[in-house]
Amino acid sequence: MTAVRCVDLCKTYRQGDQDVKALDHVSIDIAEGGFVCLSAPSGGGKTTLLNAIGGLDKPDRGEVYIAGQRIDNLGKGELAELRLSRIGFVFQAFNLIPVLSARENVEFVMQVQGVAATERRIRSTEILEEVGLAGLEDRRPAQMSGGQQQRVAVARAIVSRPALVLADEPTANLDSKTSDGLMGLFAELNRHHKTTFIIATHDQRVMGYAKRLIRMLDGRIVDDIEQHAS
Amino acid sequence: MRTLAVLALLARRNLWRNHRRTIIMLGAISVGVWAMIFMTALTRGMVNEMIKDGISALPGHVQVHHPAYRDDPNINNLLPASDSDITQTFEGAGFKAWASRIKVPAVIMSERESRGVTLLGIDPARERELSFVSYDDVEGRFLKDAEDSGVVIGKKLADTLDTGVGKRIVLMSQDPDNDIADRGFRVVGVFHANMESFEETYVFAGKATLQKMLRVGDRVTEIVVLGDDYRDVEPVYKKVRDRVNDDVEVSRWFELNTYLGAMLKVMDGFVLIWVIVIFLALSFGLVNTLVMAVFERVREIGLMLALGMKPVNILGQIIIESMLLLIIGLAIGDLLAWATIVPLQSGIDISAVAKGMEMMGVSSILYPQLRLEDVVLANVIVLVLGFLASLSPAWRASRYAPIEAITKVY
Repeated sequence: MTAVRCVDLCKTYRQGDQDVKALDHVSIDIAEGGFVCLSAPSGGGKTTLLNAIGGLDKPDRGEVYIAGQRIDNLGKGELAELRLSRIGFVFQAFNLIPVLSARENVEFVMQVQGVAATERRIRSTEILEEVGLAGLEDRRPAQMSGGQQQRVAVARAIVSRPALVLADEPTANLDSKTSDGLMGLFAELNRHHKTTFIIATHDQRVMGYAKRLIRMLDGRIVDDIEQHAS
Repeated sequence: MRTLAVLALLARRNLWRNHRRTIIMLGAISVGVWAMIFMTALTRGMVNEMIKDGISALPGHVQVHHPAYRDDPNINNLLPASDSDITQTFEGAGFKAWASRIKVPAVIMSERESRGVTLLGIDPARERELSFVSYDDVEGRFLKDAEDSGVVIGKKLADTLDTGVGKRIVLMSQDPDNDIADRGFRVVGVFHANMESFEETYVFAGKATLQKMLRVGDRVTEIVVLGDDYRDVEPVYKKVRDRVNDDVEVSRWFELNTYLGAMLKVMDGFVLIWVIVIFLALSFGLVNTLVMAVFERVREIGLMLALGMKPVNILGQIIIESMLLLIIGLAIGDLLAWATIVPLQSGIDISAVAKGMEMMGVSSILYPQLRLEDVVLANVIVLVLGFLASLSPAWRASRYAPIEAITKVY
């Protein structure tokens, strides 16, 4: 079954006096349980493609399907519901809610989903332990390092076991050890829970974990290869 | 509902994020609410005193007269029933207080001066609860009974006539045959009143003594009845109306003193306008605070939208934040108002400006009146208008596109 399907996506931004093609007739199919890396130089279109798949940005033309459901024509409320129930996000910047503690940030999505408090507590404790943040549950983002914050963001993205995780440069602010730990966690979730991962990255080590590597340049897919994950 | 708890948590935490701004805004709301309630209490107290003084200045709550008396208050317009029949009708009828009187225009003369006054023939035992004169605060003594042969005059009138306790004066009026009816009296007491005009206008004599002087037998010019609350005069009015014939006129206090009746109505409108005007001033601060709070949190709002929070939840979060701010401000403002009004309820001496106030019918002691209805009105208006004022910034926040908001650079 196809987890993500993009058909002929186009997106153009206005930058100063120039039009920049962020997506130029992009079509891809990603199967359920896929572990895909999008690789492109800056401005190559990988973040725009992730945003279009996540329903955060609307393409100028083309169609996006998530688990067979077309989403590019959905309203704001329906898109919010889709993101809440099916997609986990890890953004390039840490993007935590500063007034909430690490645990509260992790529990945020579950709370909006309506998960019971006891269940939330158990799952947040487990996931924070998995990402190596046991003991730091009550710290606010401002009291944590960049790497710790990114791990909280990752924990938040995967705690409710979404079918699809979209990660934009998830290891950009992490040291190599933490980065490996995080990718190992992603790979394990992919293996055991069949979670589909689409990761935009420059990092060769991250690319090494991917089963499929899609290279983009100037908004086009220039290379799409299956590979053995490390 | 499932998101309400997290919205409330976020609203509470965000409120104290910029605590200095929140405290300033809370101060503004509290002072505004305090000003709304305090000023309303002062004005209510002022109007209340005006009405109470007006009512105690002889009208009572309901009066009964000959139909022509109010236009021409002379001794020919006596009530048709005798005073003993009136007593039989009204005694034991369950009124808080009632009295029958003779009230006629007269001239008072001392050896030096003369003045036009309103001459009142009363039964002092019955008038105690109706009168503005405190019997214990009389220089000399007050009238002993309806047969008392002395008179009690006001301090101001005594000064004007250059007379006093123990001296003699002459009172002159007309009898029913339009002949002069006059008699010499000894001043047995000089009373003090809140209003100088009362001291200048009213002269009290025994009812029976005046009936003899005016040659009216057992007749009176008016019946005065007091109920429990001047705001709820209808039950007393109906009760009186049921007890008298149709050939007499029964009037409520606000018909006898239309100025005071109008003041009461104007007051209700004034309170509403006053509360709204203060809120409008406050609303600029409130909207500014919320706009700033939203502007500072664009990226967070974008993040929450990206994570699956619906725009309506963002709208709710900002509104909850605004309501929380208002509720805390209201609580402090209400407490401040209570703490400042209650100690002053024993009276504020405004005698320094008493002359000016007296022109408006206000006595020199002001009793602020804290009414639950006024507090509720101020609170409801602040909450309702505050809710409306917060809609605009909340709406703006809910309309952000998630990805534009997340990537917003300040």
